[in-house]
Amino acid sequence: MQVYLNGKAYEAKPGETVLQLALRNGIYIPHLCFHEKTGQAAKCRACVVEVEGIPGLKTSCNLPLKEGLKISTNSERVLDAQRMVVDLALSSGRHDCLSCEQSGNCELQDAAYYLGIERPTYQLYEDNFEVDDSSEFILVDRSKCISCGRCVEACNHTVVNEVIGFGERGFATKIVFDGDIPMGTSTCVQCGECMQLCPVGCIIDKRAVGSGRNWELDKVETVCPYCGVGCRMEVQVDRKQNKITRILGVDDSPTNNGMLCVKGRFGFDFVNSDERLTSPLIKENGSFRDASWEEAIALIARKFTEIKKEFGSDAIAGLASAKVTNEENFAFQKFIRKEVGTNNVDHCARL
Amino acid sequence: MTNDIAGIKKADVILIIGSDTSAAHPVIAARIKQAVRDGKTKLIVIDPKKITIADYADIYASHRPGTDVAVLNCLMHEILKNGWEDKEYIQNRLEGFEEFKAEVMKDIYSPEYVEKISGVPAETLRAIAKLFGTAKTASLYYAMGITQHTTGTDNVWSTANLQMICGNLGVEGGGVNPLRGQSNVQGACDMGGLPNVYPGYQKVTDAKAQAKFEKAWNCKLDNKVGITVTEMFDAMYDGKLKGLYVMGENPYLSDPDQNHIIKAMETIDFMVVQDLFMTETAAYADVILPAAAYAEKEGHVTNTERRVQKSNKVIDPPKGVKADWEIIQLIANAMGSDWNYQSPRDITKEINLLTPQYAGITWERVGRNGLQWPCPTTDHPGTPYLHKGKFARGKGLLKPIPFQEANELPDEEYPLILTTGRVLQQFHTGTMSRKTEGLNNLAGPMVMISVYDAEKMGISNSEVVKIATRRGEIEAPAFVTKRIQPGVIYIPFHYSEAPANRLTNSAIDPVAKIPEYKVCAAKVKKTN
Repeated sequence: MQVYLNGKAYEAKPGETVLQLALRNGIYIPHLCFHEKTGQAAKCRACVVEVEGIPGLKTSCNLPLKEGLKISTNSERVLDAQRMVVDLALSSGRHDCLSCEQSGNCELQDAAYYLGIERPTYQLYEDNFEVDDSSEFILVDRSKCISCGRCVEACNHTVVNEVIGFGERGFATKIVFDGDIPMGTSTCVQCGECMQLCPVGCIIDKRAVGSGRNWELDKVETVCPYCGVGCRMEVQVDRKQNKITRILGVDDSPTNNGMLCVKGRFGFDFVNSDERLTSPLIKENGSFRDASWEEAIALIARKFTEIKKEFGSDAIAGLASAKVTNEENFAFQKFIRKEVGTNNVDHCARL
Repeated sequence: MTNDIAGIKKADVILIIGSDTSAAHPVIAARIKQAVRDGKTKLIVIDPKKITIADYADIYASHRPGTDVAVLNCLMHEILKNGWEDKEYIQNRLEGFEEFKAEVMKDIYSPEYVEKISGVPAETLRAIAKLFGTAKTASLYYAMGITQHTTGTDNVWSTANLQMICGNLGVEGGGVNPLRGQSNVQGACDMGGLPNVYPGYQKVTDAKAQAKFEKAWNCKLDNKVGITVTEMFDAMYDGKLKGLYVMGENPYLSDPDQNHIIKAMETIDFMVVQDLFMTETAAYADVILPAAAYAEKEGHVTNTERRVQKSNKVIDPPKGVKADWEIIQLIANAMGSDWNYQSPRDITKEINLLTPQYAGITWERVGRNGLQWPCPTTDHPGTPYLHKGKFARGKGLLKPIPFQEANELPDEEYPLILTTGRVLQQFHTGTMSRKTEGLNNLAGPMVMISVYDAEKMGISNSEVVKIATRRGEIEAPAFVTKRIQPGVIYIPFHYSEAPANRLTNSAIDPVAKIPEYKVCAAKVKKTN
């Protein structure tokens, strides 16, 4: 099906909305409540566009495409309307980009940048927000909430933990946990899905605050080291310090679709732990001393060879690991079978 | 898993038995909850504890630990009695039906009788059988709640019997789906980290497989099955095993009957431990080798749905640390061999050559989303679900499984059943998860005890109590709850300060050699 965006023809896919078609073709339309995972909400109205033959403006996130539709995403009328919506969102909270953790990764900031809004026109809030820092890993600063509803949708429909909802009405509308209690005392399991989908700096990684701007961090994809689901995650790294700063789920992964659990998302401290072993250790008279790799390896080779000679290969056994790679497990069983000469190899699959 | 994660939402009915899914596999739990929430899928949960995911179930049943075979046989009894089985599937794809039927149709598997064995009301058993048996496509999920029993093999076989007679194997959205508990436990098995098989489950007793690996590795290999982890510690204890090489494992906390494990480690002549940390096990080693963490090296890991994914290097390892494969190669060469792997890629190539299921999963092909084995050639797309059209062995074998009680049952001295498992915020022996302070703040040691038993003994919430079995004694704060049935206590096994495995029974399943972590006799005492 052919449609026109800003006078140019595009081929649309079945079921696609105007916003999806535009984004797929690199045409930016500000949008704050829509996310591929939480779906169309048509709440924030930042994504309005003009359609030839239809009076008024239409939200593009829930506007289905029809053959020959002619849409303008950047007419003055459209941009004025978008500007007003984004200005009001900025005016309704304390969005201090200078020190906001989300700066550089904020969808409201992106929209303001696109529309050329330097500072909000109004101040529509009373400065009496409380920051909820009651949970171990997640910080909630409601002064930055734009009531987009993504976290509510994510908590109830994506991870289905059913903790977050909207409370109060009108200007007082806010996100609440269970019956409006602090996040840390609620039934929240801190999977962090709300945090990953929050378009602004309202729900953020508490421990990452101040530890690096989004654009300063390297992003590498890998697989979670905990259970066997194999969730794909994006690890954000501070290269100067060789340190993991934060972890996000990868949205297009067929295993986890962006979701993670509290361990996968926040339980990475062991990697950069001060308690890591950094030298081989040899036990002498009941206590360990540092040894060189050469000495340690030579000792192991000598001992295993002696045992093999004196008691036979079956007097040695090896435990492979459910936490190392396929390549390493392959090498390990090859070592036990070929070099030691026994099939005494197992691991904790049963435990 | 016979099936894949994407297939979860294709089931009309999902049965979870013996898996605390939202604690141990939270993202799969989310997928299951999504399916239920969408309204297309019904959920049945059978577990001794009213686990979180039971709150989303259409039917929940709390069975006495160790009665899984009785419950599953009862469901099949009802299904056959009412003619809900898939007759065409049984006719065309299965064998052994008559012998199997003779077992499950015995009166002892009637709902009334099994109510007496399992504690699940007969009406509930009937309702589960009807919902499951009449579903077009039903899937079954389990974890260690099914396997960690002296009847573990029987339990697994029963889940397969159920799925076979209902025609739910080899179909999208069905399957027998064991959830694997560690990031690469699937891969460690696939790669021959087991005493009876080479990589790709090629038997060490098979002369052809032996010849294949002897040729590839240019050496002589032994055709005798080796010993399993539980047998290793017995052999160490008896002085028969003289040397042990442990890579990234912590048997001090993960293996049953801790006192026995400690004595075994004290007895052995020479033990090498390769790990990130000075673990409880490493403290007993003669040599400790510092290994790189997952984020400091590259390679592949295989998840619960047999998806082989690339694990990338994220940061540099600390100075002085080596990747496990490098260390193994150093030891092999120091023993006079001539290994020459330049990088994990060289090993991947060898895996492709020697492991039929992995032949098509090359370094270059894996991509961002990985490939699911079996993937026999480099143009094969991978296999989302197994046994389509035909079972791996030809016809699916139904096997009569008589119910047997657990090895150690409660008695006058030890009147409670102790069962163990995981909590959401911790992982296995805590080597990784316990380094994150926030996780420790969220979840510390505890013993879950029913309100009924706690009241009887005058125990209040958070009160530190003593838990004892024939193997030993620990202390932990009581978590008094209605979520666990009277007569049963539950302890997570992550904690060295309250090690559940000091208490557990080392009796093992005769075939799988898996210890019976899920049932042993225990008592609880007040500390004051």
